[in-house]
Amino acid sequence: MKRVVITGAGTVNALGLDVPSTLEAMREGHCGISELKFRDVDRLSIKIGGQIHGWTTENRFNRQQIALYDRFTQFALTAAKEAIEQSGLEFIGDLAAKSGVIFGTSGGGLNTQDDNYRMVYEEGKNRVHPFVVPKLMNNASCSHVSMEYNLKGPSFTVATACASSNHAMGQAFNMVRCGMATAMVTGGSESMLCFGGVKAWEGLRVMSKDACRPFSLNRNGMVQGEGAAVFVFEEYEHAKARGAEILCEVIGFSMTSDASDIVMPSKQGAARAIAGAMADAQINPEDIGYINAHGTGTAANDKTECAAVADALGHHADTVMMSSTKSMHGHLIGGTGAVELLACIMALKDGVIAPTINYEEPDPECALDVVPNEARDADVDVVLSNAFAFGGLNAVIALRKAS
Amino acid sequence: MSDEIKTKIIAIIAEQAVLEPSDVRDDQGLDDLGIDSLGLVECIFAIEETFDISVPFNANEPDQSDFDISSVAAIVKAVQGLIAEQSS
Repeated sequence: MKRVVITGAGTVNALGLDVPSTLEAMREGHCGISELKFRDVDRLSIKIGGQIHGWTTENRFNRQQIALYDRFTQFALTAAKEAIEQSGLEFIGDLAAKSGVIFGTSGGGLNTQDDNYRMVYEEGKNRVHPFVVPKLMNNASCSHVSMEYNLKGPSFTVATACASSNHAMGQAFNMVRCGMATAMVTGGSESMLCFGGVKAWEGLRVMSKDACRPFSLNRNGMVQGEGAAVFVFEEYEHAKARGAEILCEVIGFSMTSDASDIVMPSKQGAARAIAGAMADAQINPEDIGYINAHGTGTAANDKTECAAVADALGHHADTVMMSSTKSMHGHLIGGTGAVELLACIMALKDGVIAPTINYEEPDPECALDVVPNEARDADVDVVLSNAFAFGGLNAVIALRKAS
Repeated sequence: MSDEIKTKIIAIIAEQAVLEPSDVRDDQGLDDLGIDSLGLVECIFAIEETFDISVPFNANEPDQSDFDISSVAAIVKAVQGLIAEQSS
């Protein structure tokens, strides 16, 4: 089995349009959640989100590109550029043939769907732009990144709702680990903040109207976000031979299915995924210094997740730090695990644990150290990143400090 | 009018519970009727559509909502209140 390391990272999200500004915002405990701005927002009862404001498409892409790039593809391409430039890799010859792209997304080109449905149903038009299908398809972001960077190996898109990115990165990890690929560009992208996207979530009555307050007794639901994060996963010897900067090592991955309920999470399913990631990484609970929680801020997730961590980590659950950065960037659904991996890298590389902001009242059912409100300096060697999706699909990644 | 509202609400609840309306009693809670959280959200949706009202309900804090769902009778009373409030 090969060792797998991360040699590049890139992002755009409500906290920042690149990795340094995002990590700075996480260190400062900034909140990227604001008033939503898009067409028909006045017809929504949920009016807040982790929206990326000031995204001027025209300054970033040319006319031909804009015709083909949904917002989620624009986010993915921008994050991929930062990640691949940082890695210093140039994909030619054998390296190109043995490197691919695996992304997570849930809604894909939802803005494109929303705009075009509105046009044919509401405005009564009978003709749509010829590129609607290639623009809205879930694999569009993956394909455009592969085209832009000549990535010719295994490439596809994973859709497992809120766990999409973790499932995607888990596949990339295993492909490099087993020798199928030399490097993989992986992560996720989501752009669900449009009228139809938020309206659908409103119906489920799990959204907060004012703030995302994970683990706090007075939490009242999730807040959506948007954006992307992309990483370069590379075989360790390959990275070492070329003297690449190693951000951290990916050491384990596990996925489970609750096989029980389409929306309610299960403690057993989550605990099995956490325990599975520890077993895959060959680590003990005591090795884990930090967990980036799924931490959606809903009543159900947060208490179930805390119980699952207590189950899987035993008495070490009382000492481990666990925060939810969704309190700052919102829930990016299919892109969320990727943005949250940045907090894991910051913990390992910079020794800074991102906080759970908006934490106001302790909840006896969430009695772990959730790093409330302020970032903390800590030297940690191993971290986990949790993702538990609607539909009961769980994916947990384990990372270790570069050595 | 009031009886008509009650009949419609009981029909909605009975449909979710897969019971005959005559088997739904005023004092029963949704748990007693075997209606889970998803069933509750569906009931509220049906109530909103039937009476053209907006029901203030967040699944994360069902107990803190102004909308009392503790029993069938409480739901009927709450809906009557909302209709009076929102039709004016």
